Amino acid sequence: MSTPTTPLTRKDFLSSVDPRWCPGCGCYAVLQKITSVMPTLGIPRENFAVISGIGCSSRFPYYTNTYGFHTIHGRAPTVATGLKLANPDLSVWVITGDGDGLSIGGNHFIHLMRRNVDLKIILFNNQIYGLTKGQASPTTLPGTKTKTTPTGVFDRQMAPMAMAIAAGATFAARAHDSDGELLTEVMTAAAAHKGIAFVEVMLNCVIFNDAAMDPMTNKATRSENSIRLRHGQPIVFGADNNKGIRLNNMTPEIANVSEAKDILRHDIHAEDTSLAFSLAQFAHPKMPTPFGIFRQVTGPVYEDNFKSTGEADLDKLFKSGTSWVEKG
Amino acid sequence: MTTHETNGEVNSSKKIEELDEVVIRFAGDSGDGMQLTGDQFTTASAMMGEDVATLPDYPSEIRAPAGTVFGVSGFQLRFGGGEVFTPGDEIDVLIAMNPAAFKTNLASLKDGGIVVVNEDAFTQRNLEKAGYSSNPLDGEGLGKFKIFRANITKLTQNALTDKQLSPKQVDLCKNFLALGLTYWLFNRSMDPTKNWLKKKFQAKPALLDANLHVLQAGWNFGNTAEMFTSSYSIRKQEKRKAGVYRYITGNTAAALGLIAAAKKSGLRLFLGSYPITPATDILHEVVKHKQFATVFQAEDEIAGIGSAVGAAFGGALAVTTTSGPGLSLKSEFIGLAVMTELPLIIVDVQRAGPSTGLPTKTEQSDLFQAIWGRHGESPAVVLAASSPRDCFDIMLEAATIALKYMTPVIVLTDGYLGNGAEVWHIPSESELPEIKHNRHTKTEGFQPYKHDPETLGRPWAVPGTPGLEHRIGGLEKEDGSGAVSHSPVNHEKMCHLRANKVAGVAREYAPTTVYGDPNAKVLVVGWGSTAGVIKTAVKKLNSEGTPVASINLRHLNPLPSDLQTIMKKYPKIVVAENNLGQLWQIIRAQYLLDVEKLAKITGQPFRADEIETKVHSMIGGLK
Repeated sequence: MSTPTTPLTRKDFLSSVDPRWCPGCGCYAVLQKITSVMPTLGIPRENFAVISGIGCSSRFPYYTNTYGFHTIHGRAPTVATGLKLANPDLSVWVITGDGDGLSIGGNHFIHLMRRNVDLKIILFNNQIYGLTKGQASPTTLPGTKTKTTPTGVFDRQMAPMAMAIAAGATFAARAHDSDGELLTEVMTAAAAHKGIAFVEVMLNCVIFNDAAMDPMTNKATRSENSIRLRHGQPIVFGADNNKGIRLNNMTPEIANVSEAKDILRHDIHAEDTSLAFSLAQFAHPKMPTPFGIFRQVTGPVYEDNFKSTGEADLDKLFKSGTSWVEKG
Repeated sequence: MTTHETNGEVNSSKKIEELDEVVIRFAGDSGDGMQLTGDQFTTASAMMGEDVATLPDYPSEIRAPAGTVFGVSGFQLRFGGGEVFTPGDEIDVLIAMNPAAFKTNLASLKDGGIVVVNEDAFTQRNLEKAGYSSNPLDGEGLGKFKIFRANITKLTQNALTDKQLSPKQVDLCKNFLALGLTYWLFNRSMDPTKNWLKKKFQAKPALLDANLHVLQAGWNFGNTAEMFTSSYSIRKQEKRKAGVYRYITGNTAAALGLIAAAKKSGLRLFLGSYPITPATDILHEVVKHKQFATVFQAEDEIAGIGSAVGAAFGGALAVTTTSGPGLSLKSEFIGLAVMTELPLIIVDVQRAGPSTGLPTKTEQSDLFQAIWGRHGESPAVVLAASSPRDCFDIMLEAATIALKYMTPVIVLTDGYLGNGAEVWHIPSESELPEIKHNRHTKTEGFQPYKHDPETLGRPWAVPGTPGLEHRIGGLEKEDGSGAVSHSPVNHEKMCHLRANKVAGVAREYAPTTVYGDPNAKVLVVGWGSTAGVIKTAVKKLNSEGTPVASINLRHLNPLPSDLQTIMKKYPKIVVAENNLGQLWQIIRAQYLLDVEKLAKITGQPFRADEIETKVHSMIGGLK
């Protein structure tokens, strides 16, 4: 199986287990996309490992015919890091959710970003705890009534994209489950990135948080409520791309494209994180929610620090320090 | 190098008294370099062919106020011509660098014991800081000790007048004056320390010169001052067998043992850990040896074991090291390793708990947690090292079991073993056993959870192996296929399978050895680090004709299969341990034997006389 005579196809990456997500769940679209991208990467199937935590999305490894590890709640980044350090040849994909990755696993999330381990982390953000049947997550919109917030969520929303960029993510992108082209672009770029590749996928939980992201994902309203980020292009949105983003004394604001001369231009390769970080804080309804690649820069990869050097001679090692010979 | 050069000095005509063994304690302020001084003295003694055992005792405060009793750092060492099993109970010699060190340690000194004090440090201010209203050296009640007042600070300053060092640098040298003096007092060769200094200050010739000078000045002071009328040497009883030796702490031995286990199993060592007292030195040591090991300093204890579980999935010999609080945090991941049947070593260098407890003090109170501290029926193998050098051997055993049975193995050491040191007969790589593992590459008939009929271990198919792609995880697995299974019948089967697998590990054990009188009426059962002190007590009791024997258990889960039969032979049994009776409860529950307990939970190891007293009272009860 290591050197297939025929190129790998999506089918090669689907396990015999039928996905068991709710009908209409956004997870299906991401599974479809990732298993479509994997065969195109020129990596033998046995070199893929999919590592997840706990939650609806973390069922993912069972559905891919690769090596997989369904670990414990919030801790997938730690297992993935150990696996990658033990075997740097692997293409390691972490699957997590907003509860798993940002709440119980928030600490690991930050450290994964700052270390720049060469692996992918896909955050399925449906802004709700689905597996435990509908409690508020760190990304649930304030005011939302859930089983644990009968009067509405009063915690402020966590901004995973801003957190990832602040922690030094070298690749950070956002997609959503109802735009296939966007998902393909983002997943392909993430797969090609050397270093940590963070992808936030906003997806719909049809059962416990239906239509929460509708303003940004619905075809009828998304052009007004979201920005499609494209490298080198002006940061614009609206029905005819008639609105753009400019800075007013460092504060981003919406301007009319036909009048403003200072519309910001997107630059994913900027070393400075200011623009990416600023965009990462945009969120509907205050500002349009950006989609696409926020940041893509190169940097030293974590696992390169662990290369074995020197001769592995136990006898020499044992005698290091002060030792002496006794003749008996 | 069994013979040693003299110091290039002729010992004055002072008489030399021969002793069998000596317990010495160096005590001073945290900043006085007592650990280093003790360490040097130990190396010098070990290199003279003497047996040694050490007990560093330092405060957990980062740096308590100088001169206070809270800031006293001590290093105790027993050295002798025969076998030495423990650092000793009461001390023969106290080197006290300030009033606080004098105050906190005097009670441990034997009648007739020697005290060398740095008289210069007995200033009004230091006396006040130590809580003395007047100078104790001038007071009553010291007649039973031999007190030597040495001007260690002034002698150091005088020795360095022309060396152009700052007052601070001069002050930092005074421990070497005390060391030189102690070397003279016990007729040690100073060569090991001189060589160490030469290496350490290779790039700083001024400091090298100063330290060598001060060391010699200390020796000269002992030799010439009218103060000391005699010096001492150790009567040699046994010669070590031929070989290469070093002096080693338990933590260093553990580090080298883990590295050796990886090499002998043909795997790369992966250590994922988070700093925690008193386990961090294992991490410090392994990270120096990149050619053998990948060492990952994780963001927390959970990430430490998480990375190790990932590395175990990836085919490494995976290890995480920690102490009690860290073991608590790792519980859920140990459960995952049990469920996914991955080989994993968890080293717990126990300290006094609960919670933060006494981080620098020793205890054996994590036994229950190691055996049972997980949710669900979650069996793991639990081993305990018996001495600093055994921390090496036990890692090889832990790896052998983990890799053969595909199971997590918890190795318990403790602060006493981790920081304590003894002489280690260095093995050669070729004489260490090869360690086998279950790495699997055959695609034909592959099933991730197909269990070996004897060991109940499963095949270890690691990512990167063509054709063996499979998924594992924390959900219950179907025996054989490894598919997620919610079947009640399968769950019961798998719970039994995991339990039987761990129970079956007992077949690997060597027969249990009993130490002491073959006609003993009392059996002392200990585990782990109490081995030395119990042996010391039994040896002494036997020499007085007291019929007692002892067992040191290194296998706590599963217990050895011959244990029950052995224990039934003795009219009386006591379990001695540094907790409130954890092994005691296990033995009573498992064997329905009416065993007694001797529990000590002061943060300090047992003293031999505490064991002896208990045995005497039990023997008395038999009459």
